[in-house]
Amino acid sequence: MLSQKETLLSVNNVSVLYGERVGCQNVSFDLWPGEVLGIVGESGSGKSTLLNSISARIQPTSGSVTYNTRVDGQRDLYTEMNEPERRLLMRTDLAYVHQNPRDGLRMNVSAGANIGERLMAIGERHYGNIRNNAEQWLDKIEIDQNRLDDLPTTFSGGMQQRLQIARNLVTRPRLVFMDEPTGGLDVSVQARLLDLLRGLVRDLGLSVVIVTHDLAVARLLSHRLMVMQNGQVVESGLTDQVLDDPQHPYSQLLVSSILQT
Amino acid sequence: MSAALDQQDGYNFAYLDEQTKRMIRRSILKAVAIPGYQVPFAGREMPMPYGWGTGGVQVTAAIIGKDDVLKVIDQGSDDTTNAVSIRKFFAKTAAVETTEATEEASIIQTRHRIPETALQEGQILVYQVPIPEPLRFLEPRETETRKMHALQEYGLMHVKLYEDISRHGHIATTYAYPALVNGRYVMDPSPIPKFDNPKMDMMPALQLFGAGREKRIYALPPYTEVKSLDFEDHPFDIQEWDSDCALCGAKDSFLDEIVLDDAGNRMFVCSDSHFCQQRQQAGFTGTANELPADTKERA
Repeated sequence: MLSQKETLLSVNNVSVLYGERVGCQNVSFDLWPGEVLGIVGESGSGKSTLLNSISARIQPTSGSVTYNTRVDGQRDLYTEMNEPERRLLMRTDLAYVHQNPRDGLRMNVSAGANIGERLMAIGERHYGNIRNNAEQWLDKIEIDQNRLDDLPTTFSGGMQQRLQIARNLVTRPRLVFMDEPTGGLDVSVQARLLDLLRGLVRDLGLSVVIVTHDLAVARLLSHRLMVMQNGQVVESGLTDQVLDDPQHPYSQLLVSSILQT
Repeated sequence: MSAALDQQDGYNFAYLDEQTKRMIRRSILKAVAIPGYQVPFAGREMPMPYGWGTGGVQVTAAIIGKDDVLKVIDQGSDDTTNAVSIRKFFAKTAAVETTEATEEASIIQTRHRIPETALQEGQILVYQVPIPEPLRFLEPRETETRKMHALQEYGLMHVKLYEDISRHGHIATTYAYPALVNGRYVMDPSPIPKFDNPKMDMMPALQLFGAGREKRIYALPPYTEVKSLDFEDHPFDIQEWDSDCALCGAKDSFLDEIVLDDAGNRMFVCSDSHFCQQRQQAGFTGTANELPADTKERA
């Protein structure tokens, strides 16, 4: 295991500019092993841009993203790694859960093949092992094993989202990025998914960066919270602290806009 | 007659102009230098529709010389439309000698088969390829598949085989079976049956693949290792038939099924027509041309 003293991911002054327009600006934070970081903010505030740039998908215009690799220790994702290394990292140690499961799944191959894809990509060549592994994962995400050979198109939205999560976690990544994983699901399915996610995070010791606009999701899952507005981080801190005692006017607005039941 | 044909009707030898041939040859040289790598080339319009072998014809036109002997097969057969018309095309535009005998030919253009007779050093096998990209049906983005080839990310190919086994219980891909070339590039061997895949491995002849619509050329130099992809617990195997060839009794050739009537009768015959005829001339017979005992008596 990693030493608890070392950060898993450290983000230093990351800015992403789309030409003149600002995606996100001067964002810095450290993520520690086993930690869940929530990023909240309104639509267009740069949450997804930030997520893409720290998950090796978009090179930031300035700043650095350093990841603690298993073999070589701390390495900058963009300047100290070449593209093959980065792509290998993305399909082994990192995982990315899309908001829309259709973006993250291969819709024209079976659930089993979806779960097995990452294993085959890192060289697993034994059909029986891949299939066993896929069956175990279906169990973990509470999908019946006899759906293993069904296409994801025959799954409900919630099942597709769970399948996407299984497909990502099969290589035992250490860091998972999630972009609104509960978006577009009805409330009861959301609750179940969150329950599952919380269990997986705890059991596998995952570190997670989760982008959401749903403060309830953030409160339930994340240890720490960052609030973004106009590409800037306006407030960050422990989740309860930020949600119970917001300091920045925008955070206050965000918290007060939740319907009280 | 051949000299007169050089400029007949304003056509150059073998239809294509010399500049085009040089361009194609450069692509072929690059393809031979990097076995299995798809080299783009500026494919020309040919006087035939795409899908009828425009890629193969361009490759053949670029490499053919006056002394070459050409054989053209389609599904193993010398006498189907595609084979006959391409053979005529080169007989007319290049005035080369044509043949149906595999061992006499110096260039063999083929659609969907490799001849049963083992090819020799000095021979060239030209394949007509419809879709050169083995990853196409799993990853439609060309930019992405090129990157995957460059970085040797071939896990996706096994996803397809996995899907086959989960649906059919065995690897149900029977043609265009993906193969790893020289331990580096994964290649689509054109729609030849997987029966022919082992023949490509360490073949003494040069193999060239031309895709006209997609404008790609790739190649296997002589004696190149070609390994068909598989799983450890589902190894690659080739098709087998319950019966032998009904005309020549061959046990180890690729057989076509021919429906004889609407009562469910059928027979299996060699797909390689020249191979079958050669065997029949040598005195081999199968179930269909053995004279039954009672007809002999009546005769």
